[in-house]
Amino acid sequence: MIDITLTLNGKKISDSVEPDSILLDFLRDHKCYSVKRGCETTNCGLCTVLMDDMPVLSCSMLTARANGHKILTLEGLQEEASEFVGFIADQGADQCGFCNPGFVMNTIALLREYPDPTDDEIKSFLAGNLCRCSGYEGQLRGIRNFLNSRSKEAK
Amino acid sequence: MFTIQKYVCASSLEEAYELNQDKNNKIIAGMLWMRLGKGKVNTAIDISGLGLDTIEEDDEKFSIGAMVSLRTLEKHESLNSYTNNAVCNAVKDIVGVQFRNQATIGGSIWGRFGFSDVLTVFLALDTYVELYKGGIVPLSKFAELKEDNDILVRIIVKKTPIKVTYRAVRAQKTDFPVLTCATSIINGVVRTSVGARPGRAKLVIDNSGILFSGINEDSITKFTSYVADTIPTSKNLRGSAEYRTHLAKVLLSRNLEELEGLK
Repeated sequence: MIDITLTLNGKKISDSVEPDSILLDFLRDHKCYSVKRGCETTNCGLCTVLMDDMPVLSCSMLTARANGHKILTLEGLQEEASEFVGFIADQGADQCGFCNPGFVMNTIALLREYPDPTDDEIKSFLAGNLCRCSGYEGQLRGIRNFLNSRSKEAK
Repeated sequence: MFTIQKYVCASSLEEAYELNQDKNNKIIAGMLWMRLGKGKVNTAIDISGLGLDTIEEDDEKFSIGAMVSLRTLEKHESLNSYTNNAVCNAVKDIVGVQFRNQATIGGSIWGRFGFSDVLTVFLALDTYVELYKGGIVPLSKFAELKEDNDILVRIIVKKTPIKVTYRAVRAQKTDFPVLTCATSIINGVVRTSVGARPGRAKLVIDNSGILFSGINEDSITKFTSYVADTIPTSKNLRGSAEYRTHLAKVLLSRNLEELEGLK
């Protein structure tokens, strides 16, 4: 077993983990159920979390590698997510909802890196988040509507 | 299922090298491809604490640490300015941002994967690999070697005056490429690498001078035929050998036209 200490959603956590423990399992063991197990082959983006503010796939990250780092899941970013998730829901773009937490996490990363992204930047940044319900157009419209609304408010 | 018995965060390259001499131990980079296997690793050797996650630059070269992520390559202004965005174009469609934050140049180059966009684009540059024990080796030579128990420390890209461009065909964005092709002109000599053949990328240099008298429709046809004859292709579920050879000629032709400003 390996002793690790990391900051999860603002709280310092110490634990002992197996050498091949995967961050996805560790996070769910710590009640972060927003982190979903999807393809487990790095393709779907369902398990996206932020590690030191960068989006990563927790299904493919050794927990040991998170030692000393800052991890954020949707449980710790409710306020930031609440700014735009309503716009996505308005477009019916969440449908079954299984991909939603990973999609929202990566959208948070997108908006932090590109505060006013173009449609191409949105599509490119979110290309690693698969959704089998929506066809992506509704999600794009939702983000675009959020950005338009924010920009109107700023004026 | 992929399992690890022991995890060691190496405190030096020497420690990592010593551990890596046991064939049951493995250096882990991004670990994205390795994790999909069914291997049983005795000791996973993590080199992420050795400061190899930065790109250093001086007047003569870029020195890219093995643990630099593909996302860092994609966003590195100076490297992409030098390569006319060829490096960015080569990596930007690899899965997603999250994947590219984890995948490393060292893992991609060391693996010499057949599907590698990364190997393809760096082969077309004046690139060398720095091995811990093996010293500095041209990437074109390294790409032909089998894996051993050395450690890839850095990728060195010399700032030789260059024109370079990159193209790939994917059946679907973010999927593995059907074919990749990078083409450059260094000191007036054209070199092109073709990857996802589906074997590992191969480099062809126009040493016979097919394009020496100028890049035009006629010489492009001759050179693309020469490259198609020189670089073998084969089939997999993404395409037949014939289709890949055809793609290689089309992509190379477009690369040459772009480099010469013909279209």
